Amino acid sequence: MKTEYVKEDKLLVFEITEEIDHHVAENLRRKMDNEIQRYLPKTVLFNFNNVTFMDSAGIGMLIGRYKVARMIGGKVELTKVKPSIKKILEMCGLLKIIPIVDEEEENEKCV
Amino acid sequence: MKSVYDNEMKLEFLSKSNNEAFARISVAAFASQLDPTIEELADIKTAVSEAVTNCIIHAYEDAEGIIQIKCKIFATSIVIEISDNGNGIENVDIAKEPLFTSKPDLERSGMGFTIMESFMDEVKVESILGVGTKVTMKKFIKKKEPTEEEGEEGAKIFTSFRI
Ligand SMILES: Nc1ncnc2c1ncn2[C@@H]1O[C@H](COP(=O)(O)OP(=O)(O)O)[C@@H](O)[C@H]1O
Ligand SMILES: [Mg+2]
Repeated sequence: MKTEYVKEDKLLVFEITEEIDHHVAENLRRKMDNEIQRYLPKTVLFNFNNVTFMDSAGIGMLIGRYKVARMIGGKVELTKVKPSIKKILEMCGLLKIIPIVDEEEENEKCV
Repeated sequence: MKSVYDNEMKLEFLSKSNNEAFARISVAAFASQLDPTIEELADIKTAVSEAVTNCIIHAYEDAEGIIQIKCKIFATSIVIEISDNGNGIENVDIAKEPLFTSKPDLERSGMGFTIMESFMDEVKVESILGVGTKVTMKKFIKKKEPTEEEGEEGAKIFTSFRI
């Protein structure tokens, strides 16, 4: 996982580069919570460009970070989600609380 | 009738969380003999990951035990049996309900069985408290249409010689 903080936007980006299962999620969530507590971001953005696999452990991990972000008054968003991952996010009803925002759309809004 | 596609494999490994990836990748490699689509393969990997993770977290908890996977492939389907000799499930109907989890403290979503059921065509759960659990899942893999000259028999012979 790579972490990037954009100070002007109070935006914390987690770019996940591993397959998200229970084994990986345990480690990731600890690192993420440290970063969230350190920066107190307004937005936590998950870049899923390199995520090729996720099971329900990922659902638990995302809901957990949503709760942490809410506690500090922030929100959570997803970007660059592959179709197979989107299928599971939709099935679990997660996109209602953690929306997918994609760069193209973001740019369109600016125009 | 037996076809050239019929095949079996068995896998046994310790209930360590770093075996979750090993298990789903092994089953996917075996399943690829049926020439599944990328989506079908992703479904199988996810369902296997769910069942194996359940053995590690719920069946054996912090103890170490053996997880067994048996796989059979037929002309148009795969059957995967994942079993443990762990805690067992008191009430399978309740356990299968969406969002039900006995471990909310571990950030479990309670969606494991729901995902298995929606990604596979059949899911059967047999469990005895204190003895163990066996999850049997079946998925149909659509056969790619053989060309006219090959016909069905022709396609099979072709496959068996391709090695
Ligand atoms: N192999 C197993 N051994 C014992 N209990 C299990 C097993 N698999 C599932 N369970 C029980 O069924 C419940 C639901 O499983 P699941 O839908 O995968 O959700 P989760 O794993 O998120 O709790 C678990 O919380 C657990 O109580
Ligand atoms: Mg589970």
